[in-house]
Amino acid sequence: MIAAIEPTWYLIVASLLFGIGAFGLLVRRNPLVMFMCIELMLNAANLTFVALATSLGDINGQTAVFFVMVVAAAEVVVGLGILVSILRRRPGATADDLAELKG
Amino acid sequence: MNTTFLEYVVFFAASLMMIGGAIGVITLKNPVHAALGLVLTLFGVAVQFVAQEAHFLAAVQVIVYAGAIVVLFLFVIMLLGVDRSVDPIKIQRPLAAVMMVGLVGLVTAAVLRAGDAIGTLNPGVGIDTATVENPDGNIQQLAQNLYNDHVLAFELTSVLLIVAVVGTVLLTRKWPKQSDRETSKGASA
Repeated sequence: MIAAIEPTWYLIVASLLFGIGAFGLLVRRNPLVMFMCIELMLNAANLTFVALATSLGDINGQTAVFFVMVVAAAEVVVGLGILVSILRRRPGATADDLAELKG
Repeated sequence: MNTTFLEYVVFFAASLMMIGGAIGVITLKNPVHAALGLVLTLFGVAVQFVAQEAHFLAAVQVIVYAGAIVVLFLFVIMLLGVDRSVDPIKIQRPLAAVMMVGLVGLVTAAVLRAGDAIGTLNPGVGIDTATVENPDGNIQQLAQNLYNDHVLAFELTSVLLIVAVVGTVLLTRKWPKQSDRETSKGASA
């Protein structure tokens, strides 16, 4: 008989996912892919929320995940809007080309 | 074949989907392929949610993330065109790899050190899971928590979404040039 899955396992998988997302955010220079890496990190945080909500028997964790999803959607909308308006002005810009504020 | 074994199969399959998709996001050159890797990761997270009886969140995960957000990404990629690849900065990747290993190691060590304390910390009232008599238990409990204890935050999210939509429209709309506006005003006057 093997033991049931511990919440610790979910936390370890989530930390791996968060680490991969952070690595990609530091390494990739295409702004779109950087946004995808931010989504990876947000999902890792969501997974820890659900794992601890289940193990503690507290529904507040799942409500927190709901709010994280709303904020993530708003963040993607605003971020991609900024990205479209930047890349329309100068096509092919990477994150390093955006070091100055003047348009 | 008992249920514990099945839980293991689901856990490892979903974890493999998540990690594989995440590695695809950060390694694939083409942004469209990276977006498809992101879909794989998001479905893996949805499977993990189902495995932990968070049925409503799994549905929202598939609809909002894998549906709306990834479609938005693909739409922007198609709108802007796939851009050129750039050479990596020399020291960037090793430094980022060191940081990633350190971060994962630190969190994993903390989780393992906490060990059994997680889960017995401050047990709550218990989460209703789906049963034959009450198949929507999780959704009802989540709704009661959301609309009783967090109703102010819920209303504020509507403000957040409105602000985000209006801001995006303002950012991406093409405004007529100042000179054009003045000449048209002068012509009408």
